[in-house]
Amino acid sequence: MKGFAPIAVVVAVLAAVPLVVHSNTALNFLVITLLTALAGQGWNILGGYGGQYSFGHAAFFGTGAYVTAILQVRYGVNAWPGLAAGIAAGASVGSVIGALTFRAGLRGSYFALVTLAFAEVLRIVASVAPITGAGVGTLVKLDLHASALQFESRAAFYWVILALVAASLVIARVIERTRFGARLIAVRENEDAARALGVDAFKVKLGAMTISAAITAAAGCFYAQYFLFIDSGIAYGARMSIEALLTPVIGGAGTVFGPLVGALVVKALGEGATFVAGDAPGLNLIVYGCVLVLVIAFAPRGLIGLFSFRLASSRTPEAAHG
Amino acid sequence: MAEALLAVEGVSRRFGGLLAVNAVSLAAEAGRITGLIGPNGAGKTTLFGLISGFIAPDEGTIRYAGEHVTRLPVHERARRGIARTFQIVQPFSGLTVRENIVVGAHLHHRSCTDARAAADVVGREVGLGGLLDRPADTLTIAGRKRLELARALATEPKLLLLDEVLAGLNPTEIREIVPVIRKLCDRGITIMMIEHVMQAVMSLSEHIFVLAEGHIIAAGSPAEVAADRGVIEAYLGLGAAKKFGAQA
Repeated sequence: MKGFAPIAVVVAVLAAVPLVVHSNTALNFLVITLLTALAGQGWNILGGYGGQYSFGHAAFFGTGAYVTAILQVRYGVNAWPGLAAGIAAGASVGSVIGALTFRAGLRGSYFALVTLAFAEVLRIVASVAPITGAGVGTLVKLDLHASALQFESRAAFYWVILALVAASLVIARVIERTRFGARLIAVRENEDAARALGVDAFKVKLGAMTISAAITAAAGCFYAQYFLFIDSGIAYGARMSIEALLTPVIGGAGTVFGPLVGALVVKALGEGATFVAGDAPGLNLIVYGCVLVLVIAFAPRGLIGLFSFRLASSRTPEAAHG
Repeated sequence: MAEALLAVEGVSRRFGGLLAVNAVSLAAEAGRITGLIGPNGAGKTTLFGLISGFIAPDEGTIRYAGEHVTRLPVHERARRGIARTFQIVQPFSGLTVRENIVVGAHLHHRSCTDARAAADVVGREVGLGGLLDRPADTLTIAGRKRLELARALATEPKLLLLDEVLAGLNPTEIREIVPVIRKLCDRGITIMMIEHVMQAVMSLSEHIFVLAEGHIIAAGSPAEVAADRGVIEAYLGLGAAKKFGAQA
């Protein structure tokens, strides 16, 4: 299919990177970038396409991470089914939070605040509950075998996260091309008008939140395998919620490649700032803030929007003829 | 007399201290155009909200095609064939005209290809054929009214509620859209229209209900309604009927 060709090209190019780049530092940077892009793609499904701005996607990221880690450490479950369970658990948390908030009719800033509150509650629970290791956190046992979803080479980790990102790009594209996607975008644009046209807005939003949560949870699962350690601040902290929403907003919310572009830009600038100014704490957050201000001021539809706007305006004269 | 497709019985809706719709009963007969007129603030749009399901009534029942729909959510009523347009147009402004109509077409077409094809047919029918690829927010007010109509039509309704689709249009634009509405009726769609453009509503409707301050004050053929003393007073003020009668 035509619309999937750009995804194939981008993924093929990215897949070739470890064949050329052997530096562990560079690969580590790319793995973290792709991890952020994956979490951001989750947010993008609900926020970008559906217009429901969540400030609490850490709730799903953390659930994915904890479920994968705890199943391995405490129940001896293999990491691969652990990954599947983590994604499923994230999706369940998403559908529960979605059912509660959307049934209550929360929109806009109320929805944002309540999702933030859910993530915070989970963070506090995780910081005291014995099963999560409370304040100490959970350490996944080192076992560098593909069967345990751990790899000696960074490149292998890179390809795993790239495969997950590729899947998320395909999911976004498929959503764009189905009735579900058309309805989701209609709800974003005008919920009342959509309802008048027979769209069950509750069901559509709930579906989007479940898919969204599953994708962000996958990023959490991968995080646990890659770093082999999580605690409540990493898993459920506001930082993850912010990164998950910043990347698509900067790259272009409601576009397939927005989160990927946004993650590349944000992470590259963050690294660049650290390189120039040393490891000052909070420096990356200052950079994120500046980028966000610039994007909102000059490219309200994100970096991709800037580009496709040019395309659209150069196409307009032909369209007027046709 | 044809069978009523829609029957509203004793419906009331209160907003705080304001009784916006007070024990209203009316019916729309299948295959006809029914007009709903009345001065500003009479409760016409609220009544449409009640029929389409955006607003729940405090009292009364709404039957549609022999079924009680009083408690059904908006999208379920749309699925059964009740479509409405909005007085204040509500386009999906970030989308193109075609994409707007496609959302309606998806109600009965799962596949995107089918929905697009259906949307194109409807778009041409209402005169938006040349504008399908334009962003919806570049349309003029007349274009947006047509888009409202097209989206509602794309859901393949049996009952179409038109809320002031002629308001804000110039006489030429009105002359263009009136035949479109008449054609829809000829195709078998039952239409109920709220309208302030009297010439249009009087010529299109076979039956008219007049709403003032939340009640139905008159009902009948356009000629009967226009001659009704209560109607003249509701529009022109107390005593106007007498003055009007004296002059005639």
